[in-house]
Amino acid sequence: MPDLSAVIAANRFGQGAAPGELNLVSNDPRGWLLAQLAPQPLPPQLAGLPSSAQSAQRFAELKAVRRADKAGTLPDPAEEKAKAEMRALYTTEAAARTRLAVETQTPFYERLVQFWSNHFTVSTARFEVAHLAGSFEREAIRPHVTGRFSQMLLAVMHHPAMLAYLDNTASIGPASQAGLRQKRGLNENLAREMMELHTLGVDGGYSQDDVQQLARVLTGWTIGNEKDGLAGQFLYQPRFHEPGPKAFLQVTIPESGETEALRAVDILTHHPATARFVATKLARHFIADDPPPAAVEALAKAFRESGGDLALVCKTLVERPEPWKMPLSKMKTSNDYVVSTLRLLAGPELDDNAILRPLNLLSQPPFGAPSPAGWPDRAEAWMGPEVLMRRIEWARDLAKKLHRIDLLELATEGLGPLMDGPLHQALMNATDAAEATLLLLSCPQFQRR
Amino acid sequence: MPTLNRRQFLVDLGLFSLVMAAPGFALGAVPGDHRFVFVALRGGMDGLHAVPPIGDPDYASARGTLALKDGVIPLDGIYGLHPALGGAAGLYKKGELLVVHAVATPYRERSHFDGQDLLESGATAPHLLRDGWLGRCLPILGTGRSAGLAVGQSVPLSLRGPQPVESWSPSPLAGLSPMLVEKLRGLYEGDPLLSMALEEGVQSESFVAQTLGGDMARGGGNFRNLAEATGKLLAAADGPRIAVMEAGGWDTHTAQGSGQQGRMVGPLNQLGDGLAAMAQAMGPAWNKTVVVCASEFGRTVAMNGTNGTDHGTGGVALVAGGVVAGGRVLGQWPGLSKDALYQGRDLKPTTDLRAVLKGLLRDHLALPETVLAKTVFPGSDGLAGLPGLVRSA
Repeated sequence: MPDLSAVIAANRFGQGAAPGELNLVSNDPRGWLLAQLAPQPLPPQLAGLPSSAQSAQRFAELKAVRRADKAGTLPDPAEEKAKAEMRALYTTEAAARTRLAVETQTPFYERLVQFWSNHFTVSTARFEVAHLAGSFEREAIRPHVTGRFSQMLLAVMHHPAMLAYLDNTASIGPASQAGLRQKRGLNENLAREMMELHTLGVDGGYSQDDVQQLARVLTGWTIGNEKDGLAGQFLYQPRFHEPGPKAFLQVTIPESGETEALRAVDILTHHPATARFVATKLARHFIADDPPPAAVEALAKAFRESGGDLALVCKTLVERPEPWKMPLSKMKTSNDYVVSTLRLLAGPELDDNAILRPLNLLSQPPFGAPSPAGWPDRAEAWMGPEVLMRRIEWARDLAKKLHRIDLLELATEGLGPLMDGPLHQALMNATDAAEATLLLLSCPQFQRR
Repeated sequence: MPTLNRRQFLVDLGLFSLVMAAPGFALGAVPGDHRFVFVALRGGMDGLHAVPPIGDPDYASARGTLALKDGVIPLDGIYGLHPALGGAAGLYKKGELLVVHAVATPYRERSHFDGQDLLESGATAPHLLRDGWLGRCLPILGTGRSAGLAVGQSVPLSLRGPQPVESWSPSPLAGLSPMLVEKLRGLYEGDPLLSMALEEGVQSESFVAQTLGGDMARGGGNFRNLAEATGKLLAAADGPRIAVMEAGGWDTHTAQGSGQQGRMVGPLNQLGDGLAAMAQAMGPAWNKTVVVCASEFGRTVAMNGTNGTDHGTGGVALVAGGVVAGGRVLGQWPGLSKDALYQGRDLKPTTDLRAVLKGLLRDHLALPETVLAKTVFPGSDGLAGLPGLVRSA
């Protein structure tokens, strides 16, 4: 019989127990998690999806068609076609990501991918990002979640999705060649969020001047076009780059063009505020909304002393006592709830639209965070009257479509020792299998992780 | 003894579900049966674009190609409304819309998230308080449990407080049967968070279905449509009296544009049409209503390098309602010359948003100044609520 540790490994660290998973994990829950910290090959669910370069190339082609078709009548059929194709790509990407979370056998690794993808949010709230969000997660986040923080930060800052999302593409040094000629200037959006949301945290000890200086450092980090032969890909554009040294966080970064940003990444990675900020977010995600200070400090120390070795930080987390304790303090997000439901029900066959529908209904579409801060990670954001009613309504409609007899077995597969007397009784008293399934999916033990 | 409201007390005793059986929104008295709505304009709305000071001699040069020319709806000698705010212009003409310009919370940094924290918490620094200024008003008003309504799937900080509130957004799915609700009650007995959410959800669903009818209760929701539905709920005799809504799309770092183009046109349309639709939907109750729309900060005066604006400081608040002493633009105008700007880049705030809110809460909801300074906006002792924002009865 699996014990509490197995349930916590599968539900809190993983994506929710799939049938058979608790038994698989129960021999050595910690070992099961630690084994997932090795680099993972690209999962088959994501094979064959276009790279950011490919989809940007395609987007550029469609734009060119649109320009050539300018004489056409409204609504412009080429534009409609381009938009439809980009929407279709988003749907494919979002569904593939969700299906992967449902089917994966390395659910801790997938949770880390989603955690970091949320930390470095790019959101479909900007139309021009929608078709790149999936490739962003695949290219800039996934390879680095058990690697080094600095490598992930650099990959993120290099990625066309982030450069477009936070407006760095057209940020131009006022004294650069382009700036002097065009009277255009800085856009400080990426610089500010890179410190506030990605590294130091808002209380991390930087000033408005540091924001401006980092924005100057990042000038020239933009996206190429067809003329450069780099349509939609990272391009360092020296004509945009602000000349001169930059005094950033008490360090003078000498003028060195593109590589100034590498120095800034290094400074930010080794800043103690970054270690603390990252540690707090991880502890909040895996332990409690208000995580115990001792755990935060242990994670921050691991980050600091290793210079941002994320596998080591995760290993520290798994080996701490705090995540393994009751109560189930984390309320599932809508994404957690939908994914864990589909895992427990052994991934009913759903087409792309059907798998995304509940995530839209429950207000957490993939890559759809409302702001660069990403989805919130506290209970009050994910549990309220409205969201609970929607969850139950969705689960009820799903349960009606299933043909499953042994509900007690299903409950044991999902909850192990968390299945208590009252839940057992409620399942026994259910009027039919559909209602019993719904009660299982609604119970407090299943709403939390 | 610290004030422990009756409901919390019952939750602690596990008696909660026993006293929840009565249907409908059980209302206590909001003075005069008044209504109050707060609309959070998330993202930092450019007040100079929404309500352009077209009569300021420095306006055109300070804003460059962002400066609005054609189609601006003139309000007085100085200010106009963005053409996309046409829906709100009718309210202004009727004296039911008040604009407060060059307004800001006490926040002087430029983070959206900290800025919104202050806008909603009513505190003087980010993350000091875990509940919101409007949420803290509810127990003082002595309203019943369902006087507060958050329009959306979760309750935003502004309405969180010691007293639970309802939340609502349109759902495409059918509601839950009473028998199922009964079984869920049993399952949630030991989990206060879930049992409270369930009870509130059941109450508000049945009320909304009755009040709005099927189509609107289960339709889709842009701001305009949500504002109309919210108006209907607020107008109902046993409806909520305090509501919070959100309207987004204001973070215009690029392509802000001028006139009928640009990224602010859609959000402004929604906002203006939404206020007009709410007024229409409320009928006579509009004459007992105040709606305040405010953002976490304004934006830079000058255009940035990408045809947009970056995070700034002073902005505008819009106050609408049949009882509002509107048809005017309030606030000391700081000017747009380089020397007049805050830190050489932003519209200088001359009115503290809390003074606007305190004036409205005092004169419309009859909350005493002492309570406003102590509980609702702690740390605002020296800051009196503005007088005369609503018409005296």
